[in-house]
Amino acid sequence: MKHTIQQVFRSGKFVLGFSIFSAILLIVIFYPMFVKDSPLAILGQGTFFPPGIYVNVYDSMSSTAYTLNLPDAAAKRVANKLSEEDRLSIKEWLVAAGIPESEIDTTDTAKLLGQWSANFDPKKSIPGMTNARRNYFIRLNTSLKGLLSTEGATISQTNPETNELEQVDTVNQKDYVNVGEVANTRILLLGTDNFGRDILTELVAATRVSLQIGFVAGLIATLIGLTLGLLAGYIGGLIDDIIMFVTNLFTVIPTFVLLILISFSIGQEQRGAFTIAVVIGLTSWVWTARAVRSQVISLRNRDHVNLSKLSGHSIVHIILNDILPYIASYVIMALILQISSGILAEAGLSILGLGPRTTEVPTLGLMMNWAMIYQAHILGNWWAYLPVLVTIALITFSMNLMNTGLDQVFNPALRD
Amino acid sequence: MKSYLKYFLNKFGWFAITFVFAFLLNFILPRLMPGDPVAAIVARFAQGMSNTSGVQAIYEQYTELFGTDKPLLEQFFIYVRNVVRGDFGFSFSQYPRTVADVIRTSIWWTIALQFPAIIVGWIIGNTLGALAAYLKGGFDKILMPVSIFVSNFPAFGMAIILMVIFGVNLKWFPTSGGYGFDLIPNFSWDFIKSVIIHYQLPFWSIVIIAIGGQAIGMRSMSIYELNADYVKYSRFMGIKDSKIVGYVFRNAMLPQVTGLALSVGTMVGGALVAEIVFSYPGLGTTLLRAVLGQDYPLISASTLIITVMVLLANFIIEILYGFIDPRIKAAQSD
Repeated sequence: MKHTIQQVFRSGKFVLGFSIFSAILLIVIFYPMFVKDSPLAILGQGTFFPPGIYVNVYDSMSSTAYTLNLPDAAAKRVANKLSEEDRLSIKEWLVAAGIPESEIDTTDTAKLLGQWSANFDPKKSIPGMTNARRNYFIRLNTSLKGLLSTEGATISQTNPETNELEQVDTVNQKDYVNVGEVANTRILLLGTDNFGRDILTELVAATRVSLQIGFVAGLIATLIGLTLGLLAGYIGGLIDDIIMFVTNLFTVIPTFVLLILISFSIGQEQRGAFTIAVVIGLTSWVWTARAVRSQVISLRNRDHVNLSKLSGHSIVHIILNDILPYIASYVIMALILQISSGILAEAGLSILGLGPRTTEVPTLGLMMNWAMIYQAHILGNWWAYLPVLVTIALITFSMNLMNTGLDQVFNPALRD
Repeated sequence: MKSYLKYFLNKFGWFAITFVFAFLLNFILPRLMPGDPVAAIVARFAQGMSNTSGVQAIYEQYTELFGTDKPLLEQFFIYVRNVVRGDFGFSFSQYPRTVADVIRTSIWWTIALQFPAIIVGWIIGNTLGALAAYLKGGFDKILMPVSIFVSNFPAFGMAIILMVIFGVNLKWFPTSGGYGFDLIPNFSWDFIKSVIIHYQLPFWSIVIIAIGGQAIGMRSMSIYELNADYVKYSRFMGIKDSKIVGYVFRNAMLPQVTGLALSVGTMVGGALVAEIVFSYPGLGTTLLRAVLGQDYPLISASTLIITVMVLLANFIIEILYGFIDPRIKAAQSD
């Protein structure tokens, strides 16, 4: 046993897969200890806030202001405020006003604004330009002037007694607050989803639930497959015929169709994560049963099994002591594969809208489903779907690496 | 030829039995649903209808169609009769279209997308796998991890990634649909061009997934065969390497053909979800709409059609296998 484990850990593929999988497991276990928020708590009002550090504006107004003289602050401010659309509009006007296109660079904010202020004339009429468009340029010019101003902003409050606005404070353009001194900041490493929930917290919870689903499904499938395979292979005869008949049927009938039919029949209310896991397990035992049966048949007539039979051991004893140890490595590999395919099956079902009901727990498939329904992939909100996809891929990839590694250890013909 | 006929009949018998069984499951599983399915359907269908006699009429119509007021056995015969006639009733979510009509328009999209994609993926995957086993070294070292990664990637994930890269960012291909939304299906050049452009992303996302799985399988089969005694013996005999390789790959191919028969169901399942990502007008998207609209007759008919398609594909592969497997040929000469 010890020797086998040593050998397994000498396989590069297994170690790599094992490390990735352990890392995921560790995050799933330890993250909730530090972040105690409910994974489905709705934080944001609105959809798909991009990843980043969110600093409370109200609190930062009342925090101590530090004056920093940074040379490029003004340029950065303008560059940040000027949208891509505005830049292209500026370019359009400048070209229409006769500036050669090669001299205009929309990425160089300072130069672009210089050209604009030197050339823009609200009274100038450009042939072919509608009045609405001309008004747009005048508005753009006004807003650019606002951007270029160096005055600070005034903070006012309504005095409850006189009902008048009173100046409370001014914020200068060179004022900075230390993020550490602001009372309320929130780091949203992966932003928020379509419901305004913190994706990172949700993702960790979803990974846990999906792993549980995969584990339950894999365990059920392996147990059923192992039992049927052992019975069919060892006892043979009529039992073998019956089991093989059923197995052959379920090999050909697509599992996915069965999953859809069963999940739909169960109905939305009864469909919890656990139920889905059981359903997946009940529909995916076929491969294990087939493989275990063929292995048991090749073991059945070995000398040590015959000896055990002659010694009068019971069938249970023979199976446990003389057959199981020989197929244990195979069964473990099958279990690993079943877990990873269980996670994929849940994701596929959820995308179809047949996953676990949505109010209790997130799963990786449900997160995909939400992102797809709200068109995150088309709107370019990568943080809503890419981390989920990467997590699914990492889980299945790591499990299959472990499997390939084990395969190479137990199946010397495949060694490099 | 006699023994091939026997092989054929055996396979056909299995096909028939599996079909009957799948048909039964398709009938029984939705009927295990707690409550009265017809009542649930009508409640949904009659939303916004204030006319109670109208609701009553719909209820009676569906009770008659599904025969839910009759014993299970009689219901089964009603179901068989309806299916044989191709009468699956009206689709609730796409009323007034009939289910048969919805299926008829979507099934060709699915067949035209999935079968070429699976076959192309299978051919490329096997070629790459065989090359990896034969060349070893760097090619194998790169191809294998990539294949393992790709084959474990969910089909819908590959679809989304291809779509975001080539559809959303590079704008080379459209992101959804089977043809331009401004076109009406006809045989004009514009329409065909639009169909071909819309075809690319769904097609390649299915192909890439298929390549990964097949390459891994073919590689291990080829390595197994390359280490077999007959290869060593042939080498001692001085037979040319190219000839040995020919034998090896023919032998390694055979399990891959059976493997294709057995995995066609899984592949179709994954590809159906990939269709959903691209809103491709095939069965996958139809199924999604049916689920979202609680469209029970459409779900039942779609799953039945998908099962039949997979079973047929399986049967065809098994029949072809009978022609290429030398063992079955050898049995013929006995």
